Amino acid sequence: MSFWEYANPRRFMAFTDRVMGPAFVLAAVALSVGLVWGFFFTPNDFRQGSTVKIIYLHVPSAFMAINIWVMMLVTSLVWLIRRHHVSALAAKAAAPVGVTMTLIALMTGAIWGQPMWGTFWAWDPRLTSFLILFLFYLGYMALWSAIEDPDTAADLTSVLCLVGSVFAFLSRYAVNFWNQGLHQGASLSMDAEENISDVFWFPLLVCLAGFFFLFLALVLMRTRTEIRKRRAHAITLRERAA
Amino acid sequence: MPDLGTYAVEVSLAYGVSLLLLVAIVALSVAQARRTKRLLDEAEARWKK
Repeated sequence: MSFWEYANPRRFMAFTDRVMGPAFVLAAVALSVGLVWGFFFTPNDFRQGSTVKIIYLHVPSAFMAINIWVMMLVTSLVWLIRRHHVSALAAKAAAPVGVTMTLIALMTGAIWGQPMWGTFWAWDPRLTSFLILFLFYLGYMALWSAIEDPDTAADLTSVLCLVGSVFAFLSRYAVNFWNQGLHQGASLSMDAEENISDVFWFPLLVCLAGFFFLFLALVLMRTRTEIRKRRAHAITLRERAA
Repeated sequence: MPDLGTYAVEVSLAYGVSLLLLVAIVALSVAQARRTKRLLDEAEARWKK
């Protein structure tokens, strides 16, 4: 069976009906285990003290904020090239989840920054590009709701998504591009020298899995909602025409 | 409860705000899903008549 067959709304609804429940269960288990492990059973850092526990929320939410935009970029491109409605609706469905993740990353970063950097906010390259990414999420959602025709809305939001992708990639790589600013390098690295200590790394991995499965479950549920809205709208139009 | 030391307020605030936002997006998504399903069921029932 080809992947593209899931672009058929009926196939998508049948498939996601089976997948969504397990995704919610995996999210609940991984988030509970990861956050309880990180909060209650990991030591304080010798420099950061107990604020190191914020990493279990900040890193996964920032990771998801950037990658949700990348997912929206891919589904927007699929819409622009192949005109599959489900892919445009999936991008629309992902945006509120992405904005929530971005807000969590910004707020936990600010709360951590005050005691560690002495300020809630600095116009640092990574922080600034993240703030712009947050504004792009808001703009993307506003554009969807401002345009009545769904296909035109999908076209214009897809273009906005392409432009916003610059900031999604910048927020990931800003630290590497500019050797200035307060934000430290990546917490997640395959390089053992750069990576954080195992005692923090393992619960962080579980939290990352939890945030990923939560996103997966939510985006499936919200895409199903968008497909149903579209179907209800089509019936209303047919009723008016009849 | 772990000893959060001098940063107890910051750590608790970060967890409180984040969990609140996560619960809010889940609750909003579930509420929208239920409302839309009900509306579609009603519309399909009308259309079949």
